[in-house]
Amino acid sequence: MSDAALLEVNGVGKRFGGFIALADIEFAVQPGERVGLVGPNGSGKSTLVNCICGTLRNEVGSVRFAGQRLEGKLAHERTRLGLARSFQLPRPFTTMTLAENLRVPILYAVNVRAGHAMVDVEGRCNDLLRMVGLAEKAHRLPRDLTQIEMRKLELARAMASEPRLLISDEAMAGLSHGEVDDILALLLKLNEQGVTIIMIEHIMRAVLAFSQRLIVLVAGRKIADGDPQAVVRQQDVVEAYLGS
Amino acid sequence: MDLSFDLLGNAIVSGILLGGFYAAVSIGVSISFGMLDIVNIAHPAFILLGSYIAYIANTWWGVDPILASVVVLPAFYLLGVGIYSIYEVSFERRGDTSLRGLAFFFGLLFITEVTLVLVFGVDYRLVEAPYIGPSLHFGVIELPLRLLVPCLVSLAMLGTLQTFLSRSFLGRAVQAVAQDPQALRLMAANPTAIKRVAFGLSIATASIAGAVLIIIQPIEPSIGRDYIGRIFAIVVLGGLGSISGTLVAALTLGIAENLTATFYGPSWSPAVAFGILLLTLAVRPSGLFGRA
Amino acid sequence: MRNTSFIALLIVAAAATFAAMLWVGNPYVFFAGYVVLQYIVLATAWNILGGYTGYVNFGVAAFFACGAYSTVVLHKLWAPPLVVMILVGGAVSGLIGLGTGYLTMRLRGTFFGIATLAMSVVAQTLITNWPFVGGSRGAYIVRPAQALYLPLDYIQYLCLVMLALSVLALATARAIEHSRLGVGFATIRDDELAAEASGVPTLRLKLIATALSGGFMGMAGAPLPYYVTYLDPASGFSLSYAVNTIAMPLIGGTSSWLGPLIGAVLLGTLQQVATVTISSALSLLIVGLMLVGFVVAAPNGIIGWFKPAARTSMRRLRGSR
Repeated sequence: MSDAALLEVNGVGKRFGGFIALADIEFAVQPGERVGLVGPNGSGKSTLVNCICGTLRNEVGSVRFAGQRLEGKLAHERTRLGLARSFQLPRPFTTMTLAENLRVPILYAVNVRAGHAMVDVEGRCNDLLRMVGLAEKAHRLPRDLTQIEMRKLELARAMASEPRLLISDEAMAGLSHGEVDDILALLLKLNEQGVTIIMIEHIMRAVLAFSQRLIVLVAGRKIADGDPQAVVRQQDVVEAYLGS
Repeated sequence: MDLSFDLLGNAIVSGILLGGFYAAVSIGVSISFGMLDIVNIAHPAFILLGSYIAYIANTWWGVDPILASVVVLPAFYLLGVGIYSIYEVSFERRGDTSLRGLAFFFGLLFITEVTLVLVFGVDYRLVEAPYIGPSLHFGVIELPLRLLVPCLVSLAMLGTLQTFLSRSFLGRAVQAVAQDPQALRLMAANPTAIKRVAFGLSIATASIAGAVLIIIQPIEPSIGRDYIGRIFAIVVLGGLGSISGTLVAALTLGIAENLTATFYGPSWSPAVAFGILLLTLAVRPSGLFGRA
Repeated sequence: MRNTSFIALLIVAAAATFAAMLWVGNPYVFFAGYVVLQYIVLATAWNILGGYTGYVNFGVAAFFACGAYSTVVLHKLWAPPLVVMILVGGAVSGLIGLGTGYLTMRLRGTFFGIATLAMSVVAQTLITNWPFVGGSRGAYIVRPAQALYLPLDYIQYLCLVMLALSVLALATARAIEHSRLGVGFATIRDDELAAEASGVPTLRLKLIATALSGGFMGMAGAPLPYYVTYLDPASGFSLSYAVNTIAMPLIGGTSSWLGPLIGAVLLGTLQQVATVTISSALSLLIVGLMLVGFVVAAPNGIIGWFKPAARTSMRRLRGSR
């Protein structure tokens, strides 16, 4: 593991009762990298995200972020360190407008990092909304949004905490071809701005277009990790996930 | 503290019998909270309703209380179905079960208690039956029939429920709806309809529990509140949704409570249940038998 | 409107209310008024936890009665001024809130609700078995005829104190609503998991909410022994406190400080009238029916009739600090 790695997952394992959800997960992500994470349903991708971000606790192994061990750190502490995630099923704050939704990470993550100095909350909210194209709906409630708009809000809220690493959990699921391109462009732009991104998706053309590196998870284990074009030609990957 | 073997032995035996009865009282919530995730804190109120109905049947027509409770079982079932329908439309659909759903049941608990006070007053009521009074004797151990019969009835009810849940299609659907409503839909069963049945069953158990309650002790409207703690302590300790867990937890509570009452005085009994509840929540929230 | 202007407005309103009560002169106005004001504090306190964060507290009685009983203890020990007793009552109940929260708030919200019920019974049992405060037989507290430094009858003084507490509670509630804390509370209510992921320290905020809520309830209970002059566990821990305290914000509206105020004034006055004209049991029944009715049919309460999508107003949140 290189010392400069932003995220290090070392031998992480997680079980639910008798069911082993994750075993021996080991990989590192470099600053600025674009990593794709794929695998069949139930292979443990979301569990892995939850363990990295602190929503679940892994019994085995450890996670390091920016050199710091994350053991014992609650989810909100990890967010404050610069680790953000979007939820597979969007979880907006339903009684708040879009702008108010974005204020939360700014107030509670960015603000704290800045030592409670005055932060231009309104300004940053507007910038984020403009970036995802939701500026006109700033004062609407999440229930007024379409499917793709919800996904964008979800990503925008994750971005509002100004993370160094963003994990995008199936943001493109169920979207149309054009909408997929929309999200893809957004993620690429974020990466250009310096955000390291782990993209979890099933839509292979997007994954291949996006990733510099591809990790494959099957039944809780990592079976591949490397150049996307090489990985998709691997025998075991084809058998377990892609199909012939 | 007089630690004589007689006293200890009898305290434990009575505790076991009491525990059996507590299981009957709690099984309804084990279903509604454990399987349907509905926090029906009004359950004791329905039990009391059953008790008062048994009281009326017994005082006016001389009917055996347990028999009376079986007769009104369908009415309680329908009551449960009705309440669930209101609950489902008002709260589950709106996704507001935690605050307003809870407040709803709290309101029901309160309304029932106050109505019972208005109708029956605060005097204690009791029933008469041939098995209230005599006891069986096994050496130094005394088995009051007043406790034994309710315990046996409870076990019978639990056994019937367990059989229904594990053998019948409807019963297994009820178990399934707790774990995987989506799969249930794929089997062309409507989760809402199944939940209605389950909640109806839950309230139906209150009918029988009410009858055995008034056999064990005289009742008045406010004693329902004593049972909230016991019920939830048992359900949480036993692991949500597990019938055998409910029984074990009920027995544990019965013994613990009876020992406390015998050796430290009855005024400490209410704290036992809640103490166990708080302890369980703090230490092992999934209970003894529960799924995490 | 800035917080200081709001507080000034509240003080003016409170002063006007007190002046009106003095002008009417009938001592009954003060006895009834005390109860309504007490419920304003209780309902507002409850709403800080229940309405803002979504965690239901059924054990109102525990926090309220512990405040009352801490006064009994202090009264028997050395009888400090009422203000001191209120602060102590608030501190005791605040700590109890903190403790209950810490034990159970890492679990789901429903477990917290049940735990508060448990707490209530445990507290009542402990007090019932405590001879120093009278146990089940209760304690007698002599109500002074006059206030110490003001030319008021003691009951008038109690009302003044309760008015001050109301102002404090309402001001606190509104200040929370317009602060970052209020935003955090609302995220907990909407989606705790997403809140954590957004950097909100949910456990810490929940503990703050329970401590504040419990503390205010304790302060509302502290003067009670002087009001009733005889306090026993059965009446101190009466379920009617819990039902009223929960019904008032749910009927008035949980989304802002105004809801509990409306609910308390409306329901409290209704009950005082009903208790005198019909019976106290019936008036409680009415409360119960109204609670169920509103919760089923009008989830946003009375406020919801006037503001369509009523929710905690955070629009005026400027910058951050």
